[in-house]
Parts: sequence; structure tokens; C-alpha cells
Amino acid sequence: MQLTVWTYEGPPHVGAMRIATAMEGVHYVLHAPQGDTYADLLFTMIERRGKRPPVTYTTFQARDLGGDTAALFKNAVAQAYERFEPQAMLVGASCTAELIQDDPAGLAAALALPIPVVPLELPSYQRKENWGAAETFYQLVRAMAGPTAPPRGTARARGPRPRCNLLGPTALGFRHRDDAAEIGSLLCSLGIDVNVTAPLGATPADLARLGEADFNVVLYPEIAGLAAQWLQRTFGQPAVKTVPLGYGATCEFIAEVAALAGVDAAPVLARNRSRQPWYAKSVDSTYLTGKRVFVFGDATHAIAAARIAARELGFTVVGLGTYSREHARDVREAAALYGVDALVTDDYLEVEARVAELAPELVLGTQMERHIAKRLCIPCAVISAPVHVQDFPARYSPQMGFEGANVLFDTWVHPLMMGLEEHLVTMFRGDFEFHGEAAPSHLGAAATPARVEEAPAAAPTAETDSSPPVAAATSGPAAWAPEAEKELAKIPFFVRGKARRNTERFAKERAVALITLDTLYDAKAHFGR
Amino acid sequence: MIALRDVSTANPAPGCATAPVLRERGQREVFCGLTGIIWLHRKIQDAFFLVVGSRTCAHLIQSAAGVMIFAEPRFATAIIGERDLAGLADANEELDRVVGQLLSRRPEIKLLFLVGSCPSEVIKLDLSRAAARLSRTYAPQVRVLNYSGSGIETTFTQGEDACLAALVPELPPLAADAPRSLLVVGALADVVEDQLQRAFDELGVGPVRFFPPRRAADLPAVGPGTRMLLAQPFLADTARALEERGARRLPAPFPLGAEGTAAWLGAAATEWGIGAERLAAVTFPRSERACRGLARYRSELAGKRVFLFPDSQLEIPIARFLARELGMVLTEVGTPYLHREHLAQELALLPNDVVLSEGQDVERQLDRCRAANPDLVVCGLGLANPLEAEGYTTKWSIELVFTPIQGFEQAADLAELFARPLVRRARLVA
Ligand code: SF4
Repeated sequence: MQLTVWTYEGPPHVGAMRIATAMEGVHYVLHAPQGDTYADLLFTMIERRGKRPPVTYTTFQARDLGGDTAALFKNAVAQAYERFEPQAMLVGASCTAELIQDDPAGLAAALALPIPVVPLELPSYQRKENWGAAETFYQLVRAMAGPTAPPRGTARARGPRPRCNLLGPTALGFRHRDDAAEIGSLLCSLGIDVNVTAPLGATPADLARLGEADFNVVLYPEIAGLAAQWLQRTFGQPAVKTVPLGYGATCEFIAEVAALAGVDAAPVLARNRSRQPWYAKSVDSTYLTGKRVFVFGDATHAIAAARIAARELGFTVVGLGTYSREHARDVREAAALYGVDALVTDDYLEVEARVAELAPELVLGTQMERHIAKRLCIPCAVISAPVHVQDFPARYSPQMGFEGANVLFDTWVHPLMMGLEEHLVTMFRGDFEFHGEAAPSHLGAAATPARVEEAPAAAPTAETDSSPPVAAATSGPAAWAPEAEKELAKIPFFVRGKARRNTERFAKERAVALITLDTLYDAKAHFGR
Repeated sequence: MIALRDVSTANPAPGCATAPVLRERGQREVFCGLTGIIWLHRKIQDAFFLVVGSRTCAHLIQSAAGVMIFAEPRFATAIIGERDLAGLADANEELDRVVGQLLSRRPEIKLLFLVGSCPSEVIKLDLSRAAARLSRTYAPQVRVLNYSGSGIETTFTQGEDACLAALVPELPPLAADAPRSLLVVGALADVVEDQLQRAFDELGVGPVRFFPPRRAADLPAVGPGTRMLLAQPFLADTARALEERGARRLPAPFPLGAEGTAAWLGAAATEWGIGAERLAAVTFPRSERACRGLARYRSELAGKRVFLFPDSQLEIPIARFLARELGMVLTEVGTPYLHREHLAQELALLPNDVVLSEGQDVERQLDRCRAANPDLVVCGLGLANPLEAEGYTTKWSIELVFTPIQGFEQAADLAELFARPLVRRARLVA
């Protein structure tokens, strides 16, 4: 048993739903109790889909358990087939039905439906959402494309124009919709045809045509890696390894794709109008240098974000982690590049503790880290699933490709104080409008209350300022002398938390009970920047 | 009150206590009882809810809660793993370990609920024994209770019923000779409780206690002197458990809308022998103010046709309010479960041609909904956007359990919840 407050991933059948919902002409019959229908709202509310996910739940109840839950399942399959007339069906069990062992595969097979019915074995007590998505996609691809597989050793025949499949985008994916469009048009500009994009928007009949492409582009290895390996084995289609997240990776991706397709990458590389490299070079960005950043997300996005942060924006990566245990090794390797220990965990509290300890200046994480950062008053940008309604913006906002690099620059840099604004605040920090309590204008009024929540009892209020500080017990944190507390308030808010922590640590290490002005500046000299 | 009478005469043949009910047993599109934790943990402020379940259960609560607004919420899930199922780890020992971990992290917890789920029930993990064992270990600092919020046993608001029923044995006994006292049963927003308390005070009804209390240490006493008014229509087990402890239920409609609230207070007044004049003096000004607040929404909603999907069991009292106080036309009123006894007064107030349905077969119900082509559909979050995309106007039913809607002062707020989607649709041209 594992004590869990928030989870990064849902159960594996939610991953299967992401595949079914992304596609057209697929229906999923899930043996599950009524409460599991909550998963529909992920798609209808968070992603704002105008259609219900193509899922039928058996919603068996306790009174059915003694009776015939198997018959219930069989009826549900038959009725769903009749009502929805899908081209292919997925059948499986959620966590509860897995325990009652009704054998969805056998029951569905007994109906002898005239369409492919793909049984899913998704061990709920062992695996999670991304794994479930990967397994489901793989099983569907195998079922649909398998019958068209050539005999082993058949040489691939090339068409007049190079063709590839674009694999990985799902429903409820972090910017999958826009990434697929961005990379699709990039491939088109290279003179490469996209044979099938899947699962997003594909039908089972489209999956049956996957073998016609020359190679595969895998946008999200967590989801399409398994299917791509099978396609490689079965059809001899190589898979592109580079994930085009960031300017540099996009250039490498183009080179890799061009080599596979036998086209010339030079014109596309020369024509690209990404502003990101120039914006990062421009003098206003000098203030980004060495910003301490903590990165956490799924493995692909976390690794890419760390690389972009370090190499394309000049940040310092102080922490890198992932909740994808399946890809822990890749993340550990990446972390080694930045001289940090990878944090591999799906325990939200552990991530929170690490962020608090590292006190970074920017957090690049998931919606969970956004909450952590908000509480700790650290700027944050979201780079990865789990998703939130905000991660489905109305505007076009890819993460991948050249436009994606522009989007990343904007979304990561805006939460930080703008360059010039930062200089002004430092210069005029005694000024009434620029005083330390003033939040940066772009954060709006929300920034200040967030701070108050962060440490309700930490700062003495105006009334207590005049009273003599109580000497702290030697083991506890040192007390702040009023003038030191006042001085701390003059420090811009975005470094104040760090200054406070550093000073308190400094005082504690030296057994200083009362933090004075001198302690504050001694600590500043000690830690430097 | 005048306005109310107008509306009820517009529905000349009320009373459907014996009307036939369409019983459905197909796919249900409703939450399980675990969802109640979202409002119960805000209500009982020193209680912690530990779900013993799967990743699905954890994901459900997180998704239904929508946003993570609390630093560390007072709920969590002990996720059952493969090792627990394979018998590699003793599930009871594991549970004890997790509870120990939790309590050392959260020493302020006074009341811990172990909440059963479908998986814990299917593997027959005995949470009542676990709760008794853990209570002994952590007494007197922490009391450990258990209930089931599983989807195979409970639908949405039935989780609150199960939780409160589990608390009933903990209530101290009310001395046999203690004077009569009133117990208001069902979680209400604090602001609503305070308003109702003032009304009872003015009536001279008391002492009044609310259940659940805001703090676990404040459990009200119960005994033969207890008269109870149900504030929520989904409390079958809780009411039965209280009756077993000697409490007597005062039959009444539910305190939704001006009419419902007046009748609800009236039931207590009658029991306390309060004269009609005193009752009118307390309820009339309030009711009149509520009617003034309702007037604007009545003009927007009267004659509009509404279809209610089953969700919280609040559907029948809500439908009564929509029909009688706002003049809306009921096309179908669905409820996950129909408790005829607790709803007798409500059913009597419904128009007698109303179509009631109990349980669900969501695809067929959607067919009926489309055929009825209502002006407003009240439904869960999974159905709302898809129906909007088909051109229907919807109201999410979950708001009805998260928003203070009971009592006179909230009658207009309740009406506004239904008017808003229609106003919005009218504003958005195209
Ligand atoms: S229906 Fe059962 S398995 Fe599903 S979330 Fe509710 S308690 Fe958990």
C-alpha cells in the first residue's frame, strides 16, 4: 500500500481511454463500477471535448456480484456494437473488474462480432496511465496493421515521395493537438508526406495503412514507443529518435528526418524564422543568466526542458526529475549532464520537499508543481502532463518545432521578472511604488496573497515590530531583530524567501539566536550569488 | 406567498405520490460515494479521510475536486498494490503502517475515517475491524471509524449518508429525561446553519444541534428526546441509525426554496407546539423577501422545459422548487434512488403528470432527453459539454451539492443557478 495525496498519472484504463477518444470509429467497453465514469469529465471538462468519450461502462453494483456480472459485460458489448457501429472495439477491465476476473476477452470473442475486437490486459495494481496508453495503442496497431505485414525480409519499396507516420498524439495530451499540426507542417515543408497521424484523428482503417510509410516519427515515446518498435520489426520502418522540443532539437530532428527520407534539409533550416535563439541572445535576456531552475515532468518533456533551459536560455538546472519510472534511466543520464541527482518519484510530497529545499528561481513542472510553486511563491511554467483546463488554450500553442521554441521562450520567461523591470525594482526598492511588497505588474494582484499564505506566521507584523524579539530556543530557528526584519522587507520579493532561508540557516549553523542587520549581511557575504 | 399561490394554481393537479416510476438498470453515469469526501472534509474540520482503494479512486477524488487548492488536503488514498493482492504483504499490516505514517505526519488529526472502495470490498478487506484495532492503538488522541464510499455500494451523495451513519454510534447518549431537542441532519454550509439557527431561535424551537458538527469533538447527543429534521434527501441509513438510537424524524419537505423552507421550519414548529401566528411572524417576512428575490428569475424561467438527469438525489426537491416557485415545466425527473418515505411530502407537491425515473441507462435516457428537446438539462460533468455541443443548455448538477442552496436567503441563488446558463446562451450570439 502506498499513501498518496495527489497522483501524477491515472490508472492504465484512463490511458486506454486517451487512445480510444483520440480516434474515430473505435469504441471501448470497460467492465467497471459506476464511479469510474468520472473519467469522462477529464475529456469533456478539462479538454472541453464536444463529444463523450466512446466508452461504455458496465457499472456493475454489489448486488450483481453474486449474480452474473459476466452476462452484464456481454450485453454491454453487444449493445454498444449495435448502437455505435464502430470499426473496431476495445474491451477490458478497470481495477475492480480485474479482481472479479470475468474474462472480458473471452466474453467478447464469444459474441463473434464482425469487427476486430481488441482485448486489453492492463494490470491496474501495477501500471499507470501512460503505460496503459502505450499498451493500448500497440495492441490496436498490431490488430489493425498486423494482417498487412509483408513476409519477413521483404525489402521496402520506395514511393515517388518519402512518406512517414506521425505517432503519439492522444486525447488529453499536453499540447498534442498543436504539436501534431506543427510537426506535420514541418514535414510537409521538407517534402515528406504524412501517411497517417495516429492515434489522434485516425480510424482503425488508417492504422491498417501504417505499413505503407517509409519511417515513423515518434512524438511521444512514452505513448508510441512500443508501437513504433513493433512497426520497425514488422515493416522495417525506422523510427526517428529525436523529439523536436526546443530549437536545437528541432534542427537535429530535421537533419535526422531528412537523412531518413533522403531529402535536403538545408532550405528548411535556412528559411526558419524562429525568434527564440535571437531573443535569448538579446541583451534584455542577460538577466536570465544562471537563473536556478527546477524541472519535473514526464521523462520526454523533463529531459527536453532541462536541455533547453541549460543550453538555449542559459539557466542553471538545479534539479531534474520525473514521475515516469519506466524512463528513469534516461532521466538519470540527463541529470548527470547538469551535475544533479535525478528525482524519480510519483510522490507529490517528495517533489514539494525537494523544491522547498532547492529554492529555485523558476519551476518548470506539471500542474502539481505549479501549485507547489504558487505556495512557495516561485515563478512557474507548465511543461508536461498531468493537464489542466489551462493546458488547452484556444490559441495555437505548440511545444514542438520552431514555433514551439518560440512558445517555450515566452511561457518560461514571462513568469520571471522582466529584465528591465528587475533592474528598476532593485534600483528603486526604497521607493513607495517599487517597495518590496509590490508584486511584479504582470503577476497581477494574485502574487501578494500567495506569499501571505506561504508563511502566515513567519514575518512579524507591524504591531509586533516594536516589541523586543523573544530569544529563540537554541534548536529552533533564530528570531529576527526588528531592524533586520525591516531590511529583509526591502529586498525584492522574488529573492526574499531565499534570503530569509539562507540567513536562518547561517544563523542556525553558528548558533546565533537573534538575527541582526549584521547577521543578514554576513549571511549575504557568505552565500554570495 | 401570494406569488407562490399563483404558481401552484397554475399547476392545478398536484400530487404524484403514487405516480409510476420508470426503473432503469443500465449504464449509470454518476460518481461513487467517495466524492462526498470533497465536501465532508471541509465541513468536519478536524477529520481526515483515508480511502483504501486503487489508483482509480485517488484519481477520481483528485479529478472531482477539480483543483488543488489546499496545501495538503485532509484526504488521501492508501493505494492497494500488487503485493497486497498477491498476499506478499499482509494488507492489514500495510494499512496499519500507512495509518502510522499518516498520523505521524498529521498529528492534528482527531478523527480518521477509513473509507472503503470497490477494490477493498471485493478483496474483503475488513475495514471495521481495522478501524477498531487502530482506534485501540491511537486512543485517546485519534478515533478511527470506517464507512464505504465504493461505487458498487454507493452513488455520489450516498457517501455522505454512509459517513454520517458511521458517526451515529459515536454520538453521546441523550439522557432519557432530557428535554426535547432538535437535530438537523445533513451537511450544510456554515452560513446556512447560522441562518436556520436564527430562525429556530425566533420560533422558540430548541435546543438545536447540527449533524455533522464542524468539529469532531462537538458531536451532538442523541436519544428518545431527539427530533430530527433531514436537511438533505439522501440520508436513508443515517436516519435509520438515528431512529435506532431513539430519534424521531419529523416528516417535511426539504428546505429548498421558500415553500420548502417554510414547510420544513413549520414541521419543527408544529412539533414544538408553536402557534400559527408565531410561525407566520418568523417565516412570512423571510418568505416574502425570498419571493422578491425569486421574481426576476421566475420571469426568465417560467414555462421553460427542464430535464433532470439522476445525480445527487436532490433532483426531486429541486424539481418541486423549479415547478412550483419558478413555473418551470418538468419533462423528466431522474434520481439515482427514490426513497419514498423521506420524499413523501415532496412527491405530494409535484405535478401529477410528472415523469419520474429511478436508476439509469444513460444512452436511453439521452435518447429521451433529445426527444423531449428541453430548454434546460440538469446533468453531470461528463454529459454537460457534449449536450451543449448538440445545442442544449445545461446546468451541472454537481454545483447543487457544492453551493449553499438551502433556506430562504439562498432561494434566489438556487434559482439563479438555473437562470444563468439560459441567460448566458441568450447573450452569446451566433
Ligand atoms: S467506483 Fe469504486 S473503484 Fe471506482 S473510484 Fe469509486 S470506489 Fe474507486
